[in-house]
Amino acid sequence: MEALLALIIGVLTACGVYLALRGRTFPVVLGLTLLSYAVNLFLFVMGRLTIGRPPVITANASDYADPLPQALVLTAIVISFAMTAFVIMLALKARAELGNDHVDGGPAE
Amino acid sequence: MSHLAIAPILLPLLAGVILLLLRPLGLGVRRGVSLAAVLALLVVALTLLNAVRDGQYLVYALGNWPAPFGIVLVADRLAAWMVLITALLALCVLLYANRGADSAGRHFHVLFQLQLFGLNGAFLTGDLFNLFVFFEILLLASYGLLLHGGGRLRTRAGLHFVVINLAGSTLFLFAVGTLYGVLGTLNMADLAQKITHVAPEHLGLVHASGLLLFGVFALKAAVLPLHLWLPAAYANTSAPVAALFAIMTKVGAYSILRVDTLIFGAQAGASARLIGEWLLPLALITLTVGMLCVVASTALRQQVSYLVVASVGSLLIAFSLGSSAGIAAGLYYLPHTTFATAAFFLLADSITVRRGEYMDRFEPKAVLPDRQLLGGLFFVAAVLVAGLPPLSGFLGKFLTLRATLEHPAMPWIMSVILVTSLLGMIAMARSGSILFYRSQPAAAGQRAPLMELSRELLPMTGLLLLCLGLVIWAGPAHEFAHAAAGQLLQPQNYIQAVLGPVPGGTP
Repeated sequence: MEALLALIIGVLTACGVYLALRGRTFPVVLGLTLLSYAVNLFLFVMGRLTIGRPPVITANASDYADPLPQALVLTAIVISFAMTAFVIMLALKARAELGNDHVDGGPAE
Repeated sequence: MSHLAIAPILLPLLAGVILLLLRPLGLGVRRGVSLAAVLALLVVALTLLNAVRDGQYLVYALGNWPAPFGIVLVADRLAAWMVLITALLALCVLLYANRGADSAGRHFHVLFQLQLFGLNGAFLTGDLFNLFVFFEILLLASYGLLLHGGGRLRTRAGLHFVVINLAGSTLFLFAVGTLYGVLGTLNMADLAQKITHVAPEHLGLVHASGLLLFGVFALKAAVLPLHLWLPAAYANTSAPVAALFAIMTKVGAYSILRVDTLIFGAQAGASARLIGEWLLPLALITLTVGMLCVVASTALRQQVSYLVVASVGSLLIAFSLGSSAGIAAGLYYLPHTTFATAAFFLLADSITVRRGEYMDRFEPKAVLPDRQLLGGLFFVAAVLVAGLPPLSGFLGKFLTLRATLEHPAMPWIMSVILVTSLLGMIAMARSGSILFYRSQPAAAGQRAPLMELSRELLPMTGLLLLCLGLVIWAGPAHEFAHAAAGQLLQPQNYIQAVLGPVPGGTP
């Protein structure tokens, strides 16, 4: 299970980096989104993978699932969600104002 | 528990919310409220500075959850110093923005207050994840401010700024996640304690995440080679925003200093001085390349943007020395460079407006209206940023140079600082003479009425006077910086203040 998750995070990150390096704004936005997915998953598994354990310590619980990464990942999801919305609006604005969707504002003027 | 430590965070947040609600009441009311909020922030910052002056740590546990389980805010000398610098800068910038730059878009004052909220939060927090959250707050506000007013170049520079900062935020989260995965905590004091006994097989992970953190902070501070976003963004935005952003790179420098001294300080065992090793060479290169770009600039606002890059280099050189004299020199230099570059951005705007279609390009044109006054201010600002005596730039550089005397890399640091100072002087002399002397004979344009002119020049004069204040009260300021540096180099006191007395450990 750990290996599978690590693989998924790796593939997501690799795809995200590749897309973020593209020259047009839409792939860049997608790349940033994939990167944020990868990092959310990464934060989530940093509490270790535990199944069927209580999230709160009780007197007779021997082991527990760490609830903190879930709180962290929730914050990170909200923030990355807002940022993605913002960057999409900005990309649309740039498309309208610069007349093309190149990140660098198009071919040399 | 005193609520003083959270006041600089809550005040701008509340002001921002109130300003959002006051929108129907018109610009005049919002200007007044915004100004009142910044004045109140200044009072709070002064109170906070007074409260921590004797070396006390004000620890504020949010929701009264004890550290390391809850989030804490920690106000020490460094944090209070940074909050005060932010408040002073914000006051002068807001006075300038109130002249009309704030009417170009809808929510300038709201974003301005939220930017202060994020900045103060980043300075006061004692939790790494909370630092991330405050970074995002200040970044989101800065995106709005940067794009304020709109325009082609501004949008393009804004897109770059947003994308690179989103990538930086992702890296920050990776670093934070790794640290949590290995050490099981994100409270900075707790991290500092746990990092001393990391299992050897996990050292690599800790070092990787530490350097990743350094990379993220270096991106915010615009350390070479991560500085490329800065000149376009700062040169194309509106003047008050660029002036306010003079503190933004200092947030990165502050974070580097905090993490370097607290978590990866001398007591961190195998991880000691992890960041410090990288800092000095990068800072030297940043200063050199930044100053070369200052010389090569073709327009005034671009030149000032590169001056920001160069000043980050000087600042980080002082921090990277690791001694209390070095850090003290850096903490003295920090307000000077923030105020001087901010004043320069405002001045560049005044010059640009008067040059009409020539904008701020270095091309001779007809005599500027009000050139005596503007030229005088330009001269003072140039002396400040070039680091000539008798103003505070010289004192900052002198303190840095004095602190390097015992450092093994002394010849390198000395030569880089002295040569770049010369370059800075040449660049300033050149741009000043093109802008003010080499003008084609023609009648000067319409001079602004005295009242209008004084309102325009008041904020930048205020910033320059703050630098003058740094010279006049150089003794107390340096003494305070020295005390703050001493406090930073005693991280065990910080840990004890946050986590309580260590059982079995000696203070």
